[in-house]
Amino acid sequence: MRVVAAMSGGVDSAVAAARMLDAGHEVVGVHLALSQSAATLRESSRGCCTIEDAGDARRVADRLGIPFYVWDVAERFRRDVVEDFVQEYAAGRTPNPCLRCNEKIKFAALLDKALALGFDAVATGHYAQIVENADGTRELHRAVDPAKDQSYVLGVLDEDQLARSFFPLGDTTKPEIRAEAQRRGFSVAAKPDSHDICFIADGDTRAWLTQRLGERPGEIVDESGQTVGSHSGAYGFTVGQRRGLHLPRPAADGAPRYVVDVDVPRNVVTVGTADLLGVDEIHGDHLRWCGPVPRGEARLGAQIRAHGEEVPAVVRVLEAGQSDPTGAADPTGAAGSPAAGEPTVQVRLERRVRGVAPGQSVVLYDGTRVVGSATISSASRQRIGSAS
Amino acid sequence: MNAYLDHAATTPMLPAAIEAVAAQSAVVGNASSLHTSGRAARRVVEESRESIAAALGARPSEVILTSGGTESDNLALQGTLAARSAADPRRRRLVVSTIEHHAVIDCVEHLVRSGRAEVSWVEVDRCGHVTPQALTAAIGDDPESVALVSVMWANNEVGTVQPVAELAAVAHAHGIPIHTDAVQAVGHLPVDFAGAGVDLLTLTGHKLGGPLGVGALLATRAAEISPLVFGGGQERQLRSGTLDTPAVRGLAVALEAATAGLAEEQRRLVALRDRLVRGALDLDYGITVSGCWQEGDAAGRLPGNAHLLVPDCEGDSLLYLLDAAGVECSTGSACQAGVPQPSHVLLAMGYSEAQARGALRLSLGHTSTDADVDAFLAALPGAVERARRAHGVR
Repeated sequence: MRVVAAMSGGVDSAVAAARMLDAGHEVVGVHLALSQSAATLRESSRGCCTIEDAGDARRVADRLGIPFYVWDVAERFRRDVVEDFVQEYAAGRTPNPCLRCNEKIKFAALLDKALALGFDAVATGHYAQIVENADGTRELHRAVDPAKDQSYVLGVLDEDQLARSFFPLGDTTKPEIRAEAQRRGFSVAAKPDSHDICFIADGDTRAWLTQRLGERPGEIVDESGQTVGSHSGAYGFTVGQRRGLHLPRPAADGAPRYVVDVDVPRNVVTVGTADLLGVDEIHGDHLRWCGPVPRGEARLGAQIRAHGEEVPAVVRVLEAGQSDPTGAADPTGAAGSPAAGEPTVQVRLERRVRGVAPGQSVVLYDGTRVVGSATISSASRQRIGSAS
Repeated sequence: MNAYLDHAATTPMLPAAIEAVAAQSAVVGNASSLHTSGRAARRVVEESRESIAAALGARPSEVILTSGGTESDNLALQGTLAARSAADPRRRRLVVSTIEHHAVIDCVEHLVRSGRAEVSWVEVDRCGHVTPQALTAAIGDDPESVALVSVMWANNEVGTVQPVAELAAVAHAHGIPIHTDAVQAVGHLPVDFAGAGVDLLTLTGHKLGGPLGVGALLATRAAEISPLVFGGGQERQLRSGTLDTPAVRGLAVALEAATAGLAEEQRRLVALRDRLVRGALDLDYGITVSGCWQEGDAAGRLPGNAHLLVPDCEGDSLLYLLDAAGVECSTGSACQAGVPQPSHVLLAMGYSEAQARGALRLSLGHTSTDADVDAFLAALPGAVERARRAHGVR
């Protein structure tokens, strides 16, 4: 096959490209330029998109003897990932831009251009596995290395995208990949892993958001409504957050306090003790299915964060307009506001999970298989007594 | 075997030049040394200098050997500005065309940013010509403030040849020296330094069949110019550094060969170029030629230059698809961190950014054959069809 290897300049995508070549494919390396101003984002950000990263990727491609191109997707990235990130925070939600990037950039803008140019597929250095069934359909599964498994951020891919994707690293652990990169003589073998959000250069998300959304001073209150502190913009807080609250006094009982609610329209951040954080029911919209849509009440695993634990759950897809089948309405009365005419999903967790924030993605698993994902619109506590 | 249609980027070394470089590389000798080996090296350098001067209508003392085009351009601009503004502080303005190579434009912008110069840009017409009228207008009514005029001999993207002698006359009528970047012209067009009347002229080896990393700045004895690098005082104290004797020899041999067969090679390349352009225009894709092209014209446009605009395509998509089909060419414009930028030359000539994105430069040279043109014309339709599909999904 003719395959575009997305090459970030890191060790993973370098080995992925090499493995595709070894497998007998015709491989062309492509580095995605994500910023229009070469002087800002690309020089100072960490983990991706720097000029050095493009150069590192080129060095690997030259060593492999494959053609290498830089494709400019800066405008799409700005619109679909960066702007979306800002808008989500402005609306009081906590988005995961990596999922967004996979959905809109790597397996959309990049894949579409590759297909139009006559390629058959895209390969990336994500740690996940694709299993091909006898009938030719493909399933997305967790990687064998639980410490590196990235199937969570790929939970937005549909069957068509999976049919055109390769993840050649899913059957290997990260230390083995580094050793292989060393063996292959790649200059990037010892390059540190990327962390954090690539377009926020210093990793300070709140300061970055403040630059774009402006300071909006407001109050931090406890669950009784009493003011216990102040903040410079509720949009910068996430449910479950403990650090960075700068509360002047500790709680009376000395217990640590967490953000338990973020109300952006009123610009109020509510804090409370850990026991207020646990939720056992999640509603989500923006559904993405990697394979068949689950029917009825499906017993699946639910994962809320990129490296969070998987919790057993009962999942039910609600068609547009269908009311909550349990009748247990969200106590706040706000079960999210999905786009009209779109199905939503209800995820009832077997035990309470802490720190679930609207805007995050819940990714559903059946064993190691990724079933699909939804964007969390609301979370609540329905059953009494389940451990938090 | 790939069809190499990117001679304007760099052209293969001529066999005679390879031989000269190899032979000279086997010989020890610093041209500044006084002993026998040094004198032998100096003899090679000076004979090469005489040969280069003879090929270009210059005197040997006017040849300042450098590392290539970029260094020569920088020496011309920065060196002249430094010397002339030191002599008269009013002279801090550079009058420069909008279609120069980045070696000139970025140097000027650096001088402006650092507060050492001001710039007056000279606009070009739709063909990419700098007219004497436009130059006169840019000089304005304050010629005493101008340190230097710089207009390239032939453009590296669209191949437009400038009326250099006329522009030199305009500059001199205002008492201003003129530099011309002739990197694309030397070895491809008749270039007469004295005849053109310019004060400074840039050339480089690797565009005419010589080695990479060697070039020259021709500078009249009267040119006021300060050095950029200091050291052993070689090259009229203007360019210190031990001379690269093998490279200098290679440059001279290549220039001799290119000059000797120039008229015949021009006719050959013009015929190939015209067949290539005609073939591309005859396809049903709305392809146009940038600038002005006339069949048989070897004087107004570089003989080996074909620059096409393909509507509804990204130049870099075309580049990839043609490369995959064994045809090597260029969009002609520079990348920024690997990302293709719309050509400043095309924008200056009045093309839109959308038109400029579909640019494709095919440049022919001494190894080009009919088979190369055939390969390009055979690969083009498939590449355009696919590139258009990719363009649609952006």
